[in-house]
Amino acid sequence: MAAATKIRAYILENYLFTDDETALDDDESLIERGIIDSTGIMEVIFFLEQEFGVRVDDEDMVPENLDSVRRIAAFVERKRAIA
Amino acid sequence: MCGIAGIVDLHGHGRVSRVELAAMLEPLQNRGPDGRGYYLGADVGLAQARLAVIDPAGGGQPIGDRAGSVWVVCNGEIFNYRELRRELRARGHRFSTDSDTEVIVHLYKEHGEAFVHHLNGQFAIALWDVLRRKLLLVRDRPGIVPLHVSVSGGRLLFGSEAKALLPLLPRAPALDPLALDQLFTFWAPLAPRTLFQGIEQVAPGEMLVVQDGRCRRRRYWHWAFPAADGPYRDEPPEVLAEQLHELLLDAVRLRLRADVPVGAYLSGGLDSSALAALIRREAGGVLRIFSIRFADAALDEGRFQQRMIDHLGARHSAVRCSGSDIAGRLPAAVWHAESPMLRTAPVPMAMLSELVRREGYRVVLTGEGADEVLGGYDIFKEAKVRQFWARQPESAWRPLLLKRLYPYLDLSQQQGLAYLQRFFGRDLHRWRHPCFSHLPRWTTTAMCKEFFSDDLKDALRDSAVEALERDLPAAMASWAPLQRAQYLEMTTLLPGYLLSVQGDRMLMANAVEGRFPFLDHRLIEFAAQLPPHLKMKALNEKYLLKKAVGRYLPREIRDRYKQPYRSPDIAAFFSGHTPDYVMALLDPDAVRRSGYFDPQRVGRLVAKIRQGRAIGAKDGMALIGILSTQLWHETFVEGRPVRSAPETNNDSRQQSAPGA
Repeated sequence: MAAATKIRAYILENYLFTDDETALDDDESLIERGIIDSTGIMEVIFFLEQEFGVRVDDEDMVPENLDSVRRIAAFVERKRAIA
Repeated sequence: MCGIAGIVDLHGHGRVSRVELAAMLEPLQNRGPDGRGYYLGADVGLAQARLAVIDPAGGGQPIGDRAGSVWVVCNGEIFNYRELRRELRARGHRFSTDSDTEVIVHLYKEHGEAFVHHLNGQFAIALWDVLRRKLLLVRDRPGIVPLHVSVSGGRLLFGSEAKALLPLLPRAPALDPLALDQLFTFWAPLAPRTLFQGIEQVAPGEMLVVQDGRCRRRRYWHWAFPAADGPYRDEPPEVLAEQLHELLLDAVRLRLRADVPVGAYLSGGLDSSALAALIRREAGGVLRIFSIRFADAALDEGRFQQRMIDHLGARHSAVRCSGSDIAGRLPAAVWHAESPMLRTAPVPMAMLSELVRREGYRVVLTGEGADEVLGGYDIFKEAKVRQFWARQPESAWRPLLLKRLYPYLDLSQQQGLAYLQRFFGRDLHRWRHPCFSHLPRWTTTAMCKEFFSDDLKDALRDSAVEALERDLPAAMASWAPLQRAQYLEMTTLLPGYLLSVQGDRMLMANAVEGRFPFLDHRLIEFAAQLPPHLKMKALNEKYLLKKAVGRYLPREIRDRYKQPYRSPDIAAFFSGHTPDYVMALLDPDAVRRSGYFDPQRVGRLVAKIRQGRAIGAKDGMALIGILSTQLWHETFVEGRPVRSAPETNNDSRQQSAPGA
C-alpha cells in the first residue's frame, strides 16, 4: 500500500473516526481543518516512526512537512530515500 | 440560595393547585432543605424550598406586604438589604421581618419595575403584583442564579431548575439540536436556549413581564464598554488601584453578611488567594478555607494552597479527587447540571461543596469572575498577540510571542513554534471579526461535532457562530479587542458554564451557597471603564488587580504562572475500572437509540482510547461530551437517572488541619 493511502487511512480512523474516503482531501491542511492541533502532531509522528521506520528529527517537525496527507507522504518518501 | 417554582394561568382560568406546586418543589429539595412555603392566588401560585442563611427564624417565603398586594419568592441574596431597608423605612415603609427578601416587596412598591436597579445581589425573583395581575421573573445581572420558564397548556411554569417544570409537562421534552450544537461550540447553549426543547431560561440581566396572557422579555442590564478610543477613567494607575481595592473590600464586606458562618474556596491561584486575604482582613474569627486536591500531580495546586494557608493562618480542609471519583460521580453531576459537559471539571466542584456541607458550612465566597472582569484569561493574551501579528502577517518575530503564552505545552523549540504559528495564524485575516479572539477555541471545540449523527447534522442548518454574531450588540464594533473578547467570555462561557454547570448546580447539589465578590456589578462597571492596558499590560494579565491586592499576597502566589483548572478526563474512565454505565451508554445500540451521535465513530473513538492511543485534549473533550450527552438523554428523556454510587475509595477522604 502506498504511503499516502496508509496515512490517509490512519488520519481518517484516528482523527475523523470514519472510513469515508471523501471526508478528507489529500491537500487539505490538517491544522486549518482543526483535525490536528499543536499537541496532536506528536501522535502523528509516533505513527510515522512506527509504521514507516523513519526517524523524525526536531528540524523536520514543521507544517511544511506534516500538514497534509500529501505532504506527509512526500516527507516519508524523502526520508526513506535517504535512509 | 434556595429553589423557587410557580405557575401562572395565562387565560385566567384559575388552574393552579398546591399539589402541583409541591410536585415542582420536590426535585429542588437539594437546593432548599430548610422548609417550604406556598402562596396561592386566583391565577397564580408561588413556591419556595428554603436554604436559611439570613434571618433563619423570620425569613420564610413567600413574603408579602401587609395588604397582601405584592408577593415575592426569591432564590438568592440581596446583599445591600440593610441599606435599602434604611432608605425604605425613611420613606415610611414598615417591615415585619429581618429578611433580605422583604426588601424586594417594598422596593417594588416604591419604584415599580425599576426596583431591580437598586439591588446589589445574586438572585432569581418571582414577584406577583396582585392588583395589576402581573408576574415579574427577574434574574441577576451576570447570571449567577438560574431561572427557567416554559409555557404549557395555557399556563406559564417557572422554576429554578428545568427539573422543577418536568412534572407538569405532558411529556419529557426532547433535546434541542441547536442547543447541543451551541454547547459543542461555546461549551453551553446561548440563553434563553436550554438543552430542553420548550424550556427556556430567563437570560442574565433580564426581566420577564407576564401580564394579560402575554409574556415580554426586557433587558435591564448589559455588559458594556466605552469605545476603543475612550473616554476611560483617567485617574493615575495608583489611584485606580486604590479605588479597585476599596470596591473589592466593600464587595467582600457585603458578601460576609449572613446569619450563619461563611467560608471560602481557595484554588491557590491569584483570585481566590486575594479573596481569602480580603476576608481575613474584614472578618474576625478563624478563617475557614476549602480546597480541591488532585491525585494527579500535574493538576494539583496543593503547594500553592498550603503557601497561602501558612501565610494567612487559616483553618483548611481539602477534598482529594481521583479518577474513580470522576467516573463514579459524573452521572450525578449531569443530573444536577441538567446539561452535557465537555470537561469533567464540574465533578470535583460537587465534591468540594459536599465537604463544605459536611463541615457544617452553607455559605462560601469564591473567586469566579475576576478573570472575565479584570482581564485574566490566556485567551485574552492569545488574542492580543494574534491581533498584533495580524497587523504585520509577514513578521517573523511577532508570532514568537505565542511561545510566551503556553509555557506548559510539551513542544520542542522552533518546531513547536511553527505549529503554534500555523494553528493560531489560521484566522489571522479575520482580525476585524467581532469574535476574532474566540475563533480558534470555537473551531477546535467544534471538531467534536464530527461525531454527530447524520440526522443531527441535517437538523443543523444554521452555524452556531453566525447565530451568536447576529445577537451581538452593535456597539461592539467600536470596542477595543480586549473588551470584545471579555464580552464574549462574559456572555457565553461565564453564565452558561462556569456559573451554572460548574457553579450554582454543583454548589446547590449539596445546598451550599456560593457568593462572588468579583461579580459585584459596581466592580464590573468600574472595571469596564478602565483602559484596556491596565487590565492586560503588555502580556501581564490582571495588572491593576495585582496592583490593588498584591500587598496581601506572598510573591510566589502573586507572580506564579496562571494554571487553568483542569480535572482528569479519559484516564478517569479507562485507566482503571470502567463503571458499567460507561460501556452501556457508549454501546453502538445505545448510541443509535438516542440518535445524537454516529455509532461507528463513537466505536472508533472508544477503540482508540482502549488502545491507549488517545492523547490530545480533543479526544478527551469528545469522550466527555458524548458520554455526558448520553447520560443527559438517559436521565431526562428516558427518565432513568443513572445511579453510579461513588466508589468508596481511600483517596477521597478529606484532610483537615488546624492552622496557626
